This record gives sequence, structure tokens and C-alpha cells, in this order.
Amino acid sequence: MADKREITVTINGQAQTAEVETRTNLADFLRHELELTGTHVGCEHGVCGACTVLVDGAAVRSCLMLAVQADGHEVTSVEGLAAADGTLHPVQEAFWKNHGLQCGFCTPGMVISVAAFLKDNPNPTEADVRSAISGNICRCTGYQGIVAAALEAAETMRQEG
Amino acid sequence: MVRYTGAEVQRMEDPRLLTGHGRYVDDIHLPGMLHGAFLRSSHAHARIRSIDTSAALALPGVHAVFTQADLAVPDVAQSMNQLYPAPVIHQDITQHPMATDEVCYVGQTVALVAADSRAIAEDALVLIDVDYEPLPAVVDCRTALADDAPMAHIGSENNMAGQLKSAFGDIDGAFAKADHVFTGSFMQHRGGCHSMETRGVLARDEPYGEGLTIWSSTQCPYLVRRALATHLGEPEDRVRIIAPDVGGGFGPKAGFYPEEIVIPVAARQLGRPLKWIEDRREHFTATTGQRDQQWDLEVACDKDGKMLGLRGVVIHENGAYMPYGALLPFTSVTPLPGSYAIPALDVRLDIAFTNTTPTTPVRGAGRPYGIYAVERMVETIARELQIDPAEVRRRNFVRADQMPYETGAKLRDGMPVRYDSGDYHACQEKALELADYAGFKARQDAARTQGRYLGIGVSACIEDTGVGPYEGTTVKIEPSGKIMVRTGAASQGQGHHTMIAQIVSDQLGVQPEDIMFEAADTGKFPQGVGTIGSRVTANVGPSSFDAAGQVRETVLKLAAETLEAAEQDLELEDGEVRVAGAPDLKVTLGELALKLAPMSGGKIPAGFSPSLEATSYLGSSGSPVASGSNVAEVEVDIGTGEVRVLRYSVAHDCGNMINPMMVDGQIIGGVVHGIGNALFERMIYDEQGQPLTTNYGEYLLPLASEMPHIDIVHQETPSPLNPLGVKGAGEGGTIPAAPAIVAAIENALADFGVVIDYYPVDPQYLTELIDAAGAQAAE
Repeated sequence: MADKREITVTINGQAQTAEVETRTNLADFLRHELELTGTHVGCEHGVCGACTVLVDGAAVRSCLMLAVQADGHEVTSVEGLAAADGTLHPVQEAFWKNHGLQCGFCTPGMVISVAAFLKDNPNPTEADVRSAISGNICRCTGYQGIVAAALEAAETMRQEG
Repeated sequence: MVRYTGAEVQRMEDPRLLTGHGRYVDDIHLPGMLHGAFLRSSHAHARIRSIDTSAALALPGVHAVFTQADLAVPDVAQSMNQLYPAPVIHQDITQHPMATDEVCYVGQTVALVAADSRAIAEDALVLIDVDYEPLPAVVDCRTALADDAPMAHIGSENNMAGQLKSAFGDIDGAFAKADHVFTGSFMQHRGGCHSMETRGVLARDEPYGEGLTIWSSTQCPYLVRRALATHLGEPEDRVRIIAPDVGGGFGPKAGFYPEEIVIPVAARQLGRPLKWIEDRREHFTATTGQRDQQWDLEVACDKDGKMLGLRGVVIHENGAYMPYGALLPFTSVTPLPGSYAIPALDVRLDIAFTNTTPTTPVRGAGRPYGIYAVERMVETIARELQIDPAEVRRRNFVRADQMPYETGAKLRDGMPVRYDSGDYHACQEKALELADYAGFKARQDAARTQGRYLGIGVSACIEDTGVGPYEGTTVKIEPSGKIMVRTGAASQGQGHHTMIAQIVSDQLGVQPEDIMFEAADTGKFPQGVGTIGSRVTANVGPSSFDAAGQVRETVLKLAAETLEAAEQDLELEDGEVRVAGAPDLKVTLGELALKLAPMSGGKIPAGFSPSLEATSYLGSSGSPVASGSNVAEVEVDIGTGEVRVLRYSVAHDCGNMINPMMVDGQIIGGVVHGIGNALFERMIYDEQGQPLTTNYGEYLLPLASEMPHIDIVHQETPSPLNPLGVKGAGEGGTIPAAPAIVAAIENALADFGVVIDYYPVDPQYLTELIDAAGAQAAE
């Protein structure tokens, strides 16, 4: 009964073709069809931000986007953030150093959101960072380590140019 | 040589979690796996006349629909076992795995669909036809015990689930000789769990009769094993529970839920692995949390504000069932009277059934309620007698020279409540200094000239941590030289791997990276208790220290024989044992491990046992009691009722710290949870028992944009109850937060004479209080 379409999406640099139900959202497609389980689903109504991925470089809630809408687009999930040799992205490295995570469940969405934010805002204030991540809920850390990590990553990324 | 214990070691857990390689229950895909979805009661209270599942069963892709009658458990008439029986429980009512003829809250399990996908299973749910006969519901705990209240359960004569009391000293004498008696009447509301990962259960009946394997996002795998094995009438070792990565717990994942019976039993009947992942709306109604307590207290004090006695009555909203005994009520009253030496106490707590989701502990359990109540009375004394609130606390704190101090209260097991160590006076002074309490008046006056209302609030708390009776650890050196550490304790993000690796590394002279770690798998470690009540560091800390210490002794003894040297001349470092002053005389840990693990024809050296390992269940000899003082500085917009937390200062004492960075993480996360309780989080039901806040637009969690920077200073008063001197740290941030915030709001509005009798203090409620005060002043 379910309507299906074939889609081709470039995910973390690799083109993937698959047949999906039209009602499947992008988060479920990544997690259950492609087994990229780093993207987490926390609320399924677009508030918690755990499922945030990059679509054509912009941060998007993958629970609010259908997989078919990603046809022909580029998606970066948390698995695609580190360098090919395994070197952590400066945001990941800063989260590690600043205790920016505890249970790790909100972390992929948080890391992606911060990376996208810093790309456009290389020199943010603490208030800027707090505002930028206000669409990502973390129940463990109280946000302080995350904010510190984002500021440190910004510094690192500015130096690296 | 101590290198890692006490250091801010970066977490071992993080690289995996940061790169998307965690493994939570929903990340596990098994061949042939089916997906489950639950039909849940849409009524707060109703009789079930019939359930028709035929249309759902006919949907393509649906494999089975289960109601309670379809579950092949030995006795389907049985409701679930009471996890914590107690004599104070009058009506021990627990729910069935799925409802039989009555539902008592919105969200209660009614039927399960197993299908090829979760989407199909949800399609089928709407095809199940349940004929309900709605019944009157009881929702507000304050009226639930009245004679004319509707019954929460068919056949009950009243809604009193149980009653308990904490009392000591000469309470009548205390009130008779008091210079002042002040009253306080207030409602407290604490929110739910809201771990970012919801609950989830995946079960597989192993094909060759090896029993059931269950992956559950639980804090207590051994409790789940015990409860499930009991229900199935099978040996515990035929039920293997694995808690993989768990995305936050905060208490509500510590129980045993209907889904943890239904999914395994259904998987067994289907002969296929079956997974159920809770969605967020289910989490609001099917996962336990905390909600209302109504407190009516009287405090007796002398003319200087020194407290002589505290008495009163509490009504506790229990929800519809009692899965978790009376732990939440107990932990609400046993911490009384908090940080203060009060000679007499008499507080009764009535547990009221309501047609709402059952309540069980959330971060801090009942302690935030109890501590808030005492702190409210301290604030009342300060206000009435015009004494600085910090000074009232100084006059009443238990003194350092009184340690160990017995309050007079009794724990759940009848043992006396005893504070093992601490210096509450010094701790408060540290917090006041950090907050620049002395400079606040100037800040407040300056702001007032701009029409801004600033307030400051102080709170103090104690936290009994590290409840026993054990949480064991095995430390084993492998022939590779790597160290395998296993424990039963489940982590929900606390960093157990790192904490334990720090302790074991120091004992065995290796790097934390040399420690392999496995936890929370009943198939890998024989017995455990669970991760609740800030207990892991105070239990697994000592057991890992002791197990590694025993291995160290064996290593040195064996190395002494091997190297033909005296034990006292040996140095254990960098994974090898060396003879001091003779660097070539050495043997590696791996070589020693091999000597105790020979194959056929080999020989174990005399006086040694096979395998270079030790297991310890050493914990703390009693409950280490942590303490803290907090200072909140807020700004209140008297027009909108908005409260901004400008500054938040914490002085905390959890004894010696294994990893100060992770302790800070616990404290800050805990404070923010407490600020959420104080200002935002409210689970609302209407008069019919329908939940009105079931998404994150309606139920507000603290966000980064609303939270202040939190400053922390530590005081380390070692606990004498364990060899590491540690105390738990998981809840000491949350417990004192709401009283500090509420006191700060009152302080900001002192000119209006606003007294807050409810939290969360949302803008609407606060503007009503301000308007009422204004109207009163105008009269």
C-alpha cells in the first residue's frame, strides 16, 4: 500500500541509491535503511535537534524532512564530520576536551549544529553560541561544556583558517 | 604512585560517541527483527468492555496483535511484582503487563502490534477497537484523599496508597517553648525524566534454548533480570539483560516496566526478535516521573531564629500504580531536616493514588522536595525575623565538630540517618564568596535605579549518596598485558569507564588506555544492583580500587618470585614490574598473567590460583553524605513575570574527587535540571486526567539560551566510609537549585511582599502574584 520512489542522495561524499517509502523521513532513512545510526531521533517533532544533519551544508532536522526530499542533494551526518584518516573535526575535538557530552545522545545533532554555525559565524560571543544551540536540547550537561567547546573550536578554526 | 585519580582525565567514552559510533538500543538491528508499537489507554480511568484486534491483524505486514490474554506468561491474572515492598504501603496495586478489564491512566499499555516495520505497526494501532466505559478520574492529590473523591481504582475504598512518618525528639515540648511558630503551605511540582533517548526494549529468544537476551535502555539490568525471571518462573541465568549505551537515565529508567515483560514474551511467542522504541509522546505518558507534593509545615524557633522543631503533613501524588514501592515518598521525608541540627521533627506523608502516570524518582528522588521544604521554612524565619537568610543558616547548621552527626531520623531499613563528614558552615562561606554576596546590595540598588529588579537567594542541602549493599568489579590482567575490567553498573553517560580506569590505572601502573571495560551485561558479570541515588562512585569506586589492589598484591608476589627479589624492592610502572636500581630485572604484566594461565601440561606456581584476576564487592560502610550551598542571582521583569538567572554559584562537597571535570559536569547538569524544575517544567493534566503537555512545545525544558554560566568551588571533606574518601555527586546539583531560585525571586520582589507557594514559577503565575501584591498595597 505504501508508495515508493527511488532516490539518489550523496551521503558523506558517497552517492547512494535506494528505494524508499514516500512517508519515510530522512532520519529513519539514514538510520534504518543505510544503518548510519549516529543520527539520533529524540522527539520526532523538530524541537530537540538530536537528528540535525547538514543538507547541502545547512543544518536541517532530519525528522522533519522526508527522505524523498533529499533526492539529488548532499547530506552530511555525524559519521562524515571527521577527516578520512580519522582526525576529529575541531568541533568534535573541542567537545572531547571541554566535557561537552555525557550520554552522547544529543551529541551528534549538537556537533553538527555547532559546526554549521561556526562556518557562518567564525567569531561568536558566548551569547551567540547559546542562542545558536538553543534549538538543541541536552539533558545531561547543562550546556556549559558545550558552550566552552564551541568557543574553543571557533578559536581553533580561526587559527587554522 | 597516584597519577590519574583526582586528575581531569579526558573521557574514554567520548571519541566513539562524538563520531556517531555509539550503540543505543535502537541502533541494534538483528536479522529477522520485527517492530512493536503499543496501543495505550486514551482514558484516565475506564472499564474495558472488549477489545477487537481482528482488523489490525488483517493488515498486511502485521504478524501478531497481543492483548494481556494473548501473552503466554505462567499466570496472566497476576499483576506485576512490587519491586520494593514496604509495610507502609496500604494498597499495593501494580499494573498488569497489559490492561485486563480496567485502565487507570492515559498511556497505560492495552495492546501490542508486531509488524514488519514500526510504521505498519502504528498503522495497525488505529484499527484496534477498544470499547471503553469511562469512569470518574481523580487527578489532584490535594483532594484525592477526601471522602467524596472518585476512586482511582475500581473496588478501592479510598485512595490512600500508604502512609509514612519521620519523627524524633520532643516535638510538643519544642513548640511549647518556642518564641515563634511560623507556618508554610506550598505545592511542589517536579517534572519528568526527559532523557534525550527515550526508553527501548529489544528481545531475542535464543534459538538453541539458551534463554532470552534483552537489550533495554535501563539503569538497572539486574533488577530487570530479577523481575522478568520471576514473572517467567525461570532461572535468572536464562535471562540475559544488556544495557548498551543509554542516552540519559535520571531515575525513571531504573524501574521495571510493562514493556520489559511484554516485548520478551511476545518475541518468544513469535520466534523472531522484536524491538520497541518509545516515541516522545509515549515518554510523556508511559514513562514514570515526579509531579505534585503538597506541604503544610510549622516550624518552631527561638527569638534568634534557631530552629527547635519542625512538624507537618505532606500529600504525595503517587499516580495510578505503585511499581517502585514507597522510595519516592521515603526519600522525601528522610532527608529532613537537611543541613540543620533541629532537635525535634514530626512529619507525616500520605501517599495518594491518582489517575495519572505512576511516579518514581527523578534526579534526586524525593530529596529535592524535602530539602526545598526545609529551606522554605528557613526563608520564612529570615523574612519574619528580618535576619539575613545566610545568617539564619549559620545559626542552624550542623557543625563540623558534631560529625558524624545523627539527625534522629531513620532510613528505610531502620538504620539511623547519619552524616559522616562535612563542614556546612565553611561550604556556605565559599558559596557566598564566589557569588560576591557581600556586594549584592550595591548591585541590587544600582539596578533598581534603572527600574530593574534583582534578587539573591541562598540554599543549602545534604544528599545521602552511595546506597548499598554492593556493586562489584572484576579486574583481570590478560596475557596481552591489557586489563579487562567488568562491573554490573550501567552508565547513562556519567563516565564510569573513565572513572574506573583512573582508579585501576593507578593501582596497576598502567595507562587508562590500557583498560578495557565492559559493564551492564548480566551475561558478563554475575550480580549487580543498579545506577541510582548517586551510588556508583561510592560503590564501584571502592570495589574497583580493592579488586585492582588485590591483583596488584598478586602481581608483586609473583614478580618477586620470578625476579628473585624482595617485594619491597619492586616498582610497578608502565605495565611492568622492575627491581629498583636494576632496570634490566623486569617482567611485564602480560608475562605474569601468562604464568597463571598455562595450557595443558603447564603448572600454576605454588600458592597462586589460575587467572591473574580478582573480584571485589567492597562498597561504603554506610551512606556517604554530600553537601552543598548554592547562591542564585536573578532578575525579574515585573511587567512580564520573566525570570532571568544572571549568576549561579555552587559550593559543593562530595569528598575526594576522582575526576573533577566529570564532577563539575554532574553538578552543572544537575543545577540546570533543578532550574528547569524551578522555572519551566510542568506536566499538566486536565480535570479528566488528560495530559495537556506531551511535546516540547508544551512542556519546556531548559535551553542553553536561558541558562546562566555556573561557577563552582569544591570543598573536599573525605568520607570515612570508604578507602577512597569519595561521596556521590550525581544529584547534589539538582537538590538545592529550586529553593535558591525561588528565594532569589522573592528577594527581588521583597518590596511587593510576594511569597511564592508553588513551583515551577512561570511568568503567568508570577505576574498574578505581583498583581495581587500590588492590589493589596493599593488598598
